Amino acid sequence: MAIEDDVLVIGGGLAGATAALAAADRGAQVRLVSAKQSTLRHASGLIDVLGYAPAGDGPLADPFAALEDLPAGHPYERVGGEAVREALSFFDEIAGDAYEGGHTDANALVPTHGGTVKPTARYPASTADGLASDDRDALLVGFETLPDFDAPLAASHLKAAGAPFEARGVTVRFPGIVRDDAKITRYAHLLDQPETVRTDRGETTAREALAAVVEPHLEGEPRVGFPAVLGDDHADAVRADLGDRLGVDVFEVPMGPPSLPGMRLEDLLYDALAERGVRVTTGVPVVDYETAADGPDGNAPPPIDHVIVDRNGTEIPHRADQYVLATGGLVGKGVESERGRVFEPIFDCHVPHAADRYDWFVDDVFGDQPYAQFGLPVDRDLRPLDADDGLEFPNLRGAGAVLGGYDFAAEKSGAGVSLATGYVAGQRAAEERQ
Amino acid sequence: MSDAERPTDGGVSGDDDFEPIQVFPEAEEMDLRPGADDCYKCSTCDTNCPVAEVDDEFPGPKFQGPEQWRLKRQEDQDVDDSVMKCSNCMRCDSACPSDVPLSQMHNTARGEYVEEQMDKFSREYVRNRILANYRRLAPLGSMFPRTTNFVMGLSATQWLGEKVLGITSERELPEFATETFREWWTKRGGAQVTNPDKRIAYFHGCYANYNTPEVAKALVRVYEHLGYEIMVPDQHCSGTPMFANGMLEDARRSAETNVRELAAALEDGADIVASCSSCSMSLRQEYPELFDFDGTDDVAENTWDAVEYLRVHEDLEAELEGTSVGDEFDDFAYHAPCHARNQGLDGQTLEVLAPIDGVEAHDVGDSCSGISGTYGWKAENYETSMKIGEEMVDHMEDADAETGLTECPTCSMQMEHGTGYEITHTLEVLEAALVGTAESTATGANAQ
Repeated sequence: MAIEDDVLVIGGGLAGATAALAAADRGAQVRLVSAKQSTLRHASGLIDVLGYAPAGDGPLADPFAALEDLPAGHPYERVGGEAVREALSFFDEIAGDAYEGGHTDANALVPTHGGTVKPTARYPASTADGLASDDRDALLVGFETLPDFDAPLAASHLKAAGAPFEARGVTVRFPGIVRDDAKITRYAHLLDQPETVRTDRGETTAREALAAVVEPHLEGEPRVGFPAVLGDDHADAVRADLGDRLGVDVFEVPMGPPSLPGMRLEDLLYDALAERGVRVTTGVPVVDYETAADGPDGNAPPPIDHVIVDRNGTEIPHRADQYVLATGGLVGKGVESERGRVFEPIFDCHVPHAADRYDWFVDDVFGDQPYAQFGLPVDRDLRPLDADDGLEFPNLRGAGAVLGGYDFAAEKSGAGVSLATGYVAGQRAAEERQ
Repeated sequence: MSDAERPTDGGVSGDDDFEPIQVFPEAEEMDLRPGADDCYKCSTCDTNCPVAEVDDEFPGPKFQGPEQWRLKRQEDQDVDDSVMKCSNCMRCDSACPSDVPLSQMHNTARGEYVEEQMDKFSREYVRNRILANYRRLAPLGSMFPRTTNFVMGLSATQWLGEKVLGITSERELPEFATETFREWWTKRGGAQVTNPDKRIAYFHGCYANYNTPEVAKALVRVYEHLGYEIMVPDQHCSGTPMFANGMLEDARRSAETNVRELAAALEDGADIVASCSSCSMSLRQEYPELFDFDGTDDVAENTWDAVEYLRVHEDLEAELEGTSVGDEFDDFAYHAPCHARNQGLDGQTLEVLAPIDGVEAHDVGDSCSGISGTYGWKAENYETSMKIGEEMVDHMEDADAETGLTECPTCSMQMEHGTGYEITHTLEVLEAALVGTAESTATGANAQ
């Protein structure tokens, strides 16, 4: 007896979660299995669609207009521009007030912790007051114990990039943090609860103490940016509270991993999964599969009958009608490489690549790296194709970074591709279930 | 291929004592280098650490694991004493996207710290040794359970416990049952069902034996109801509290007995099931990571969580469809223990209880209860433990239920301590649904 569901989604990132939500919305009983905790903790929390064209043009003002010109095989080309828009609306509905940017097709420009500006289609509400297109002056505040965000450097970088406002950066000591390498969750917890901290002026809440430390540095700026550690479960309240105390608008600057905006996005999506009755199993990998004895006719490939989940050494069969593979790319281990080959480790789906491994990369680090596009080729239904363009399995679809044919890091298209392909794969899987 | 695996002389035929691992002296210790090298320092583990979130003096799992391992390559580098602040919840394991064996690294570092740096006459060592070896004391308490419960409940005893041993007086010590599970099992004449095709060996662990035999009895009734022959092999502590206190030699002795007895049960055609999520975690993951007795891997691969086993080997959903639990149970506030979470079992109880009529389980979120076995019993950790558990307690109180539900004995202590609710085990609910209540089984009629 296997553990049974209609649709089994393998992978717990943005693509997997979106696929599970889309399938559940169509009435399927869905299970999401993720080898580890969701990697959304690595994500900036920004939802980009397309920041730069594959040829490097950009930043693009209108990502949707550029979708029409993408090369054949690009995941956006596979699902079509309309599906990308539907997927974004689907996300907007789930995210509600937590995200902004849905009012326009145009990309927003969000300053990051390095002081660069990232073109993105949706952004967390916590970053909204920080947009680079906003001409209000800004004070950036960094913390001595959080070297990942150097506020004066980020402010200079913004200025050099031609931001239409004065940006100034200061570094302060975060009240209540003693340790040089305190975790970002520690900052968030202090502000979230809010905990009591001891300062020169006696015991106060961490929020009050932080506002008191920042206030003397204000020189009339109407908005103040902090590294994205302003609370976890109660981030909106933390921001509003700090803003009230300082008499300014407070925003967060997205940081590298691990990232609280990414964790909040994870919470938002996993709460939605729970609401829709999706069964979630994390911390255990899918390691193998079995096909049914025969396909529907002699020539067609047999469908996947069940997959094997490795639960700390014990093999647990999981069966579904339809499967979605959303295990990520080379970093996420959805695509792996050895000296002689590049492969997809669960179903051994075809991954096109040059026979000579010296052709997998080019010497120019920022050049067009072939490895960046490694992944599965799929049909317009997102079903993986073998070397002869035949279906690998009739009941398997791919979504997100496991797909090939695009370079999300260069294009700034990672989140958008995950949303669009996850949405389409989840819907089709639900529609085709028995 | 590691050096240890490469025979120097093509193997020594006819010599059964040949131990390839002993050929090279330096290979006697576990090689954790690949684990350390796999860490790309994303710090995801640190964001999952419940201790680091409330205590910034704890440097977090990334330091305790790969960073400390690298530092230790230097001569004269001691293990940092902060390793004793790790609660061994093992959440970092399932957080790591790069498969770094974090808890294995913590266990070995903690073992080394206790072995080489901790004063064996210190109060901390003595106290930890006592807590870790609960199983050795439990039979004494269990011999005169009423006296023990009375004495342990005295405020003078608790005060002494805190002052002399550093065991917090804030908590009520768990009560000993008047009849242990094994006594009950012997008295009823052992297995009531014989079935060579459906046989399980039950690893009940210490707590279900000495303190909550109703959980173990529930397992017996559910499995026998479904036609299983149950074996109850001799067993020691699973080792979980010993790992958490760095008492690796104590753990090794217990593990040796457990592996031998359980491997023998496998020979008899049984699969191993455990009702405590930390026991199953230990047999499945920590044994193969830390020990290499004959049969360790076999035991690990054939050990199951007791409910998971039924889901895979029976049509449990169909069995439960339309059953009800009567008045015995109402809705539950369910907390998934970290050690169940690490086995991918955090959603299981809610899924399994769904088809039962008249009872609903509300998940109280993914936070850690904060007690982590013996951790929250130590006076110096009590405050941290309660701070970690605050989120769970808040969510339990918000949930529409007056009873708690979990699979872990120490999580249940924390849940009870934080809310005053009675705490039930999933198997007890399954028993009520499939077999009827314990009382009605015993007397043949319900009291009403």
